[in-house]
Amino acid sequence: MDFDFSDDQEEIRHAVARLLDGHTSFEKSHEMLDDSAGFDRDLWAAMAEGGWLAVTIPEDYGGAGMGAVELAVLAQEIGRTLAPIPFGAAQYLAIPALVEYGSAAQKSALLPDLASGQKIITVALAEGAGFAPGDIAARVVDGKITGVKSPVADGGQADIALVAARDETGAPGLYVVDLKAKGVTAEPLDAMDPTRPQSRITLSDAPADRLAGVDGAAIDRLIDGAAVQVAFEQLGVAARALDISTEYALERTAFGRPIGGFQALKHRMADMFAKIELARSNAFFGAWALAENDERLPEAAACARLTALDACQFACEEAIQIHGGIGYTWVANPHLFLRRGWHLKAMLGPATIWSERLVKSLNAPETMTEKAG
Amino acid sequence: MDFSDTTEEAAFRKDARAWLDANATLRDGSEKVQDAFMANTPEEVTAAQAWQKRKADGGWAGITWPREHGGRGGNEMQQIIWNQEEGRYKVPPNIFVVSAGLVAPTLIAHGTEAQKSDILPTLLSGEGVWCQLFSEPAAGSDLAGIRTRARRDGDDWVINGQKIWTSGAHYSGYGILLVRTDPDVPKHKGLTMFIVKMDAPGIEARRIKQISGHASFNEVFLDDLRIPDSDRLGPLNQGWRVAMTTLTNERYTLAIGRSVGGMRAEELIPLAASVTLNGRPAIEDSQVRAKIAEFASRQRGMEFTSYRIMTALSRDKEPMIEGSIGKLLLGKLRQEMAGFALELTGGAAGIGDRPKDQTGLWRVDYLTAPGNRISGGSDEIQRNIIAERLLGMPPEVRLDKDIAFSQLK
Repeated sequence: MDFDFSDDQEEIRHAVARLLDGHTSFEKSHEMLDDSAGFDRDLWAAMAEGGWLAVTIPEDYGGAGMGAVELAVLAQEIGRTLAPIPFGAAQYLAIPALVEYGSAAQKSALLPDLASGQKIITVALAEGAGFAPGDIAARVVDGKITGVKSPVADGGQADIALVAARDETGAPGLYVVDLKAKGVTAEPLDAMDPTRPQSRITLSDAPADRLAGVDGAAIDRLIDGAAVQVAFEQLGVAARALDISTEYALERTAFGRPIGGFQALKHRMADMFAKIELARSNAFFGAWALAENDERLPEAAACARLTALDACQFACEEAIQIHGGIGYTWVANPHLFLRRGWHLKAMLGPATIWSERLVKSLNAPETMTEKAG
Repeated sequence: MDFSDTTEEAAFRKDARAWLDANATLRDGSEKVQDAFMANTPEEVTAAQAWQKRKADGGWAGITWPREHGGRGGNEMQQIIWNQEEGRYKVPPNIFVVSAGLVAPTLIAHGTEAQKSDILPTLLSGEGVWCQLFSEPAAGSDLAGIRTRARRDGDDWVINGQKIWTSGAHYSGYGILLVRTDPDVPKHKGLTMFIVKMDAPGIEARRIKQISGHASFNEVFLDDLRIPDSDRLGPLNQGWRVAMTTLTNERYTLAIGRSVGGMRAEELIPLAASVTLNGRPAIEDSQVRAKIAEFASRQRGMEFTSYRIMTALSRDKEPMIEGSIGKLLLGKLRQEMAGFALELTGGAAGIGDRPKDQTGLWRVDYLTAPGNRISGGSDEIQRNIIAERLLGMPPEVRLDKDIAFSQLK
């Protein structure tokens, strides 16, 4: 047993952190906030060149063939640096789905281009407000998909999407859809985090290629895996929100001393830290369960997700309060974290959904609605 | 990162299980709640000592202790495994939390060779049960403000004063005692640690009843108690440093051990299934389900945080911070979870006669949790430790820092 990253994984962290620190800054984030260019193409190219877009892609398809724990190391750094690139949906959901369920032809057609950064993939799951996995209405008939997917992260930038839809029998599945094909339109949405653009994708008889073997249970498992990776990204966001808070609390003085010396703030920052570390412990278990395909993954993923949601929201909200009036301004940095935190929350749904998933994994009796359904 | 046993760990677990099977009975849910320091009767103390002796004879006491001190010479992962396995069996209350978790590391760090060779074997065998005489009526969080005085008299020290919140003093044979040896220097600089026999003339322990109804701690009166200088633990006037070793280990112990015990979040499920809310079983209510999920996710996080502490220890890293986090989160979680359980029973809240859904056990937890939030350093002290030592925030304003203790008002 060993409950921490290994030395090799720490080395990966240092390497990717160096690259990300060199390409990201609060100034750049603010530029994107004011005038979203979709994503940072220079950083994207650098990530591709470093091989960081291909960590879990098998070597046969141009990747590094590493595992979920190594990807988690990256996710945390992406969060810490608020990197404005179409990383999450692709790395946490689309690539794992392709690697596990894609046919040899699908893999050959897609993975090498994703590894090299030539093509961008996203995942289209949600269908509007209040969406929960299982509420899929999009339909595929004779290899043509019809439906409205919203919001879709990077939907306007991506070349391809894995789209959740039901087949003629009503069974849910995942379909590869070329977003540049006829029958696909993408309109930009007004996103909470403009550094991570969102779109509404309308599909009208667009060509769709099914990932064989993906059923409802497989989608659930893919979502569990993504929840673990997103938890690491949330931890990166939350820990940096705490960092900027402690820096400010040491620098700002009131009543003759740094405000970080007052227990009201000191203790709040200690609480931020404690929530982050609690979530990290769950995220570690989640990463291990994911990498080992352990049967406790549903429980581990839900625990990681629930505590990461709490830690991230608390840290991002309180970072603004600790900064006082300046923290409430557009030009200050704390709201960058709040926005990214909400993006990551929206990505896989709120605590209510994940509470239910956790309680089910603990074998609680079913609810009335489920019995009726 | 590996949450599963290695081949060696699996073998260790198998051996541990085999020994436990041969020497104890599995828990079956009928047990009374067990808490650390909850040996309330002499029979329980005797049973706890006998169990410790049996473990020592079987080579299962002091798993991480070096072999030179009679331990097993094992690692922290083996300790986790042992705790997991022993926790599945009906065993007497662990009255050795202070002895093994706090006193032993303090002795190993600061004791003379003679003290170590005399005392450590008795800590393992259960023969020596120890307590920690630190807090006083006027000095708790501000421990360095203790007033108990030691005056030199030939080869002896003569000690007068009062200690309080001394867990297990009533059944301990020995204690480590922090006293003031020099009042004319600032408060942290005039303290010294001693080893004391609890049956020495001049010591009187009186039990204090807690809100849980148990009486696991004591006030201890010291009246012309004589201690030979050879029973000093660590250098003269360096007692603060010695006490820090004890307190750091107390945080780990409380964060990682079975010492805090308590109910599991899953146990809320049968309770919620057995009571009605808005005309249907409470377990079908989405708010109830959300609370259970929240508690379960926090409790899992606590458990894995304790494993991270062990990983840090096994890599020879100082896990001080995780210790404070564990300590900070445990008591509050226990209090909220037990409070929620009582609330679920509605009009019967707090009525302890529902054995089926363990309402009585939840009440014990609810009434024990406030103590968990104070003992071993209050929640507020843990937050100060995290904020100051890890986050680099300025220390508390200390108006008495440079003033001789005798000059303080």
